[in-house]
Amino acid sequence: MTQPTSLIASDRARPEFDMHDEDRHAIEHEMSHYENPRAASIGALKIVQKRHGWVPDGAIYAISDILGIPSSDVEGVATFYSLIFRQPVGRHVILLCDSMTCYIDGYEAVKEALARQLGIQMGQTTEDGRFTLLPVCCLGNCDKGPAMMVDEDIHGPVTPDNVMQLLETYS
Amino acid sequence: MSTRPFASFGTINAMPRAEETHPLTWRLRDDGAMVALDEYRDKHGYEGAKNALDMKGDDISELVKDAGLKGRGGAGFPAGVKWSLTAKGEEMPRGYVVCNADEMEPNTYKDRMLMEQMPHLLIEGMIISALANNAFRGYIFLRGEYHDAAASIERALAEAREAGILGTSVLGSEFDFDIFLHTGAGRYICGEETALINSLEGRRANPRSKPPFPGQSGAWGKPTVVNNVETLCNAPPILYHGKAWYLGLALEGSDDGGTKLFGFTGQIKNPGLWELPLGTTAREIFEDYAQGMKDGYRLKAWQPGGAGTGFLLPEHLSAQMCSNGIADVGTRMGTGLSLAVDHTVNMVSLLRNMEEFFARESCGWCTPCRDGLPWTVKLLRSLERGEGEQGDIEILEELTGKLGPGKTFCAHAPGAVEPLASAIQYFRDEFEQGISHPRRAAHAEPIPVGSI
Repeated sequence: MTQPTSLIASDRARPEFDMHDEDRHAIEHEMSHYENPRAASIGALKIVQKRHGWVPDGAIYAISDILGIPSSDVEGVATFYSLIFRQPVGRHVILLCDSMTCYIDGYEAVKEALARQLGIQMGQTTEDGRFTLLPVCCLGNCDKGPAMMVDEDIHGPVTPDNVMQLLETYS
Repeated sequence: MSTRPFASFGTINAMPRAEETHPLTWRLRDDGAMVALDEYRDKHGYEGAKNALDMKGDDISELVKDAGLKGRGGAGFPAGVKWSLTAKGEEMPRGYVVCNADEMEPNTYKDRMLMEQMPHLLIEGMIISALANNAFRGYIFLRGEYHDAAASIERALAEAREAGILGTSVLGSEFDFDIFLHTGAGRYICGEETALINSLEGRRANPRSKPPFPGQSGAWGKPTVVNNVETLCNAPPILYHGKAWYLGLALEGSDDGGTKLFGFTGQIKNPGLWELPLGTTAREIFEDYAQGMKDGYRLKAWQPGGAGTGFLLPEHLSAQMCSNGIADVGTRMGTGLSLAVDHTVNMVSLLRNMEEFFARESCGWCTPCRDGLPWTVKLLRSLERGEGEQGDIEILEELTGKLGPGKTFCAHAPGAVEPLASAIQYFRDEFEQGISHPRRAAHAEPIPVGSI
């Protein structure tokens, strides 16, 4: 006997996702810091992203199950915040500060050099999957602008001449 | 944790500093490493909190108000007044102290230094704020990109819990209070205090309609006080040394008490961060500390404290850096970290860059901001290309009014148009140079909503 087919689109479309035990525990630990589990939604998305590099569709449902909130709310949060990635990104994420201080210090020349050397525009990933280039609000490194963050490392002053050398250490 | 040496913040770790004159920085180590618990306690750490434990909450608020401590996050609201407005009393549940550590204001890098190097000063400030506001829990809302600050704070929180400074019996008293670190995931708007509360609750960071103010109904409906990192770091020295000393730190002519972390950046010789008395003139900071413009560059304009403050001219450098001093020349001190605009920078291009930022970071909740800011971007882009049309500057001026204070739910759009209004005021000729078309001849393409 076959199972009745669900008529609810979201159930049919729900993709598989294997939440790692360690991540589940980390999310539950996050929840304990707040009086409502919803507050752990951003933390949960970051925990998943740390392991997978991005947040796949299935993770949205898995997180909604753990927190007990609608998956649409989790998706609403995931798509609001600029450091949550809902599509695959490169092995290394370059955050290039485009604030006015870095603009005055020469950010546009750095952006052009990166675009030329990597062959990508803002929001794109290199063909070899090594780098994703994104704009970011002021990185708080203004006395050493233009500033750039690669993964968790901050760099500055970055120039069109030294930027590719800085990126060489990220394989 | 990154192994990067603490190499930023100019030469702040090499500046002469003393307890009597530099309440925020006197404990800083020469090597720029975090001041850990033992060293902090050896240098009168947590003495201010001990004094606060012997006081009534309202008296703490009163003391901080009388000391003239104004908010250091940009708005400059008196901290003690904010604390006195928090709902308290038998019938009220104990609420929250939330530290706004979402430092994303362009040209601001002061809170990062305090959190990386002085996390115990912040924790002590939060304990004092919790006593004044009858809070049972604190959150440090830290922007996600500040990885080194997160490491310092986590270490300091662990040290403080281990030593009984946080937990069920704060410093051996009856008072229970703990703090958690909450890290964000981007978006400038999280720094707006009600958007920050929504984000803390795990929602999209749209600001809330006020009233009610967070002091009445904040996180999870409980009384919540949101204070900036630097503001909280000023509470321990006030509680330890008293209001007369604190007021006396500021210079004659300043309505604000205490010292402030000031900075100057741009094409200048010595960009950096310095703790100086409130009321120090911008000229002294620019000439004596920042050492003026680099050779070959001339100062054209400057901005006193972040993207949301207005542009000023070189002649305004004589203004005192304090809330009343900068108000006298027509804008706000903001975060107090100033930016020099040199003669090579075109104001239309600079404003185009700034409004692209503000338009991108609009949360999209209210119409003037969501639709008005992309409109400014469109106009500025066409002026920058020299393809503006007659009337564009007038439309920009109209938008600076229609996006101004009182028209929106939060201060994002008003902050976005303040520099624009001042740039048009002082550099109108640069905007006029971008006009090459008669009225209604240029703008064929749509306003770039959603694609900035």
